[in-house]
Amino acid sequence: MQEWLERHIPKMVLAPSFVAILIFVYGFIGWTAWVSLTRSRLLPKYEIEGLIQYDRLFASPRWDTAMGNLFIFGTLFIVIAIVLGLLIAILLDQKIRTEGVLRTIYLYPMALSMIVTGTAWKWIMNPGLGIEAMVRSWGFENFTFDWVIDPDKAIYAVVIAAVWQASGFVMALFLAGLRSVDGEIIKAAQVDGIPTYRIYSAIILPSMAPIFLSAFIVLAHLAIKSFDLVIALTGGGPGYSTDLPATYMYAMAFSRGDIGQAASSAMVMMAVVFAIVVPYLYSELRAKHD
Amino acid sequence: MTDITLSPAHAQDQGRNWGRIALRWLLFIALGIFALFYLMPLFVMVTTSLKSLEEIRTGSLVAFPREVTFEAWRTAWSGACTGIQCEGLRPYFWNSVMLAVPAVLISTFLGAVNGYVIAQWRFKGANLIFSLMLFGCFIPFQVVLLPMAVLLGWMGIAGTIPGLIFVHVIYGIGFTTLFFRNYYVTIPQELVKAAKVDGAGFFRIFWSIFLPLSLPIIVVTVIWQFTQIWNDFLFGVSFSQAGTQPVTVALNNIVNSTTGVKEYNVDMAAAIIAALPTLIVYAVAGKYFIRGLTAGSVKG
Repeated sequence: MQEWLERHIPKMVLAPSFVAILIFVYGFIGWTAWVSLTRSRLLPKYEIEGLIQYDRLFASPRWDTAMGNLFIFGTLFIVIAIVLGLLIAILLDQKIRTEGVLRTIYLYPMALSMIVTGTAWKWIMNPGLGIEAMVRSWGFENFTFDWVIDPDKAIYAVVIAAVWQASGFVMALFLAGLRSVDGEIIKAAQVDGIPTYRIYSAIILPSMAPIFLSAFIVLAHLAIKSFDLVIALTGGGPGYSTDLPATYMYAMAFSRGDIGQAASSAMVMMAVVFAIVVPYLYSELRAKHD
Repeated sequence: MTDITLSPAHAQDQGRNWGRIALRWLLFIALGIFALFYLMPLFVMVTTSLKSLEEIRTGSLVAFPREVTFEAWRTAWSGACTGIQCEGLRPYFWNSVMLAVPAVLISTFLGAVNGYVIAQWRFKGANLIFSLMLFGCFIPFQVVLLPMAVLLGWMGIAGTIPGLIFVHVIYGIGFTTLFFRNYYVTIPQELVKAAKVDGAGFFRIFWSIFLPLSLPIIVVTVIWQFTQIWNDFLFGVSFSQAGTQPVTVALNNIVNSTTGVKEYNVDMAAAIIAALPTLIVYAVAGKYFIRGLTAGSVKG
């Protein structure tokens, strides 16, 4: 008995968490998938009706806007954050004495809630009293920067705030990568008289391919889950011009009382995440087994 | 650098040195501009929160306050309106504390035990379980929002702080397990074997060998979980009701409440108050914060 207990204790300790994950992650995904196939409105129904919710979803102009925004926002956010993060990391990697302080400054936004970030940038980009008013007071009377209230440009305002928040983190990833590049190879290249930019483009950056991948995964993941930033910065507006899938899902679930739409949009979001994360996780886990 | 040689190459060297100095200055200027970009919002938030509304209307966004007033801070803390209630952020700040502390402790403890089992007591299927848990870290939470709302209703804890604690613990386990597992996997298994030979059991080994070794990863995990839970908005806004909202939700309600005059100074003071706990953690233990961020992504 004692021995049996001793042998099975590890499993029994892990079991509650495992069961919790099975139910609350996988079971719940199953529930959402099931409900996304029903006619649920204000209350969940459980009779399967086929793909009507998905038909409605893809026919909805609001969802169309949300997916289009995700594409614009995601692409710009990922590209700019990676370029900026990499640039700062390279600049910081030149044996700067104040590196510690600078790094702290570049990275602190990551400690903030997206709601705080959104609130701050909403005020800064506010046309009446923010940057626009400031530049105008310098004598540039025609200067306009009203992206947050312009339906065509508001999504770019979200990009600015998101890049501000996350680029320092990308910087930290790349800085760690730059530090792990073999110094001997770089020295040898310098001795051979290879110009610095060539050392970066031909030796250092290619060796950091896995970090580009991690940065991409993390940022893509952040982009798809982006919810709080939009809520705080634009509230999804003007109109629904800055809706993202996450805000669409929330609106359907909690203010429109359209559970079927909420479930089907959540399933599409998960499909997008899986399309990006699964190949990555798979290769990671395989690499570990090798 | 300091050796002076009189040769034809000397003049050229000097030219190259000037170039290097200019480049160095350019580097510092570039880094300085980036630093300003990151600091500007914080600076604007702090100065705006210390101005009167009158000064905000007439002055410049980036100007220092002519007259420092803490009125906006007082209002943000105890008078600002979140919808119909006008009690400021204070009750919601304490909601967040009462929510974050137990949720962080429970999820960290579970992560430690799970990580210990997965890394050191490998059994058939342990890796599969770990993969399944890891996978749970990556799902967009929208996909569990609806069933969780239904379940919390059944359990009778919908809209309560215990309900939110429950949600944060459940969806925090994946990450905390990942952190501890990756840490314990670097500890040689001979340690457990030797301890078993000496007659120590599962819990004894965990308690007297592994826990004492775990301080750094406990700090990393606690900071990670605290930042996640304190800054959470999605669960907070979905599973709370008037009175039990966490601070992020209350902040958003204050800022976006449409009644009355827009008090930007109060908004900024409220935003700083909501951000202060995680900012302090970052200032005090930034090293561990960064380690958590990178452990979650690079090692994942």
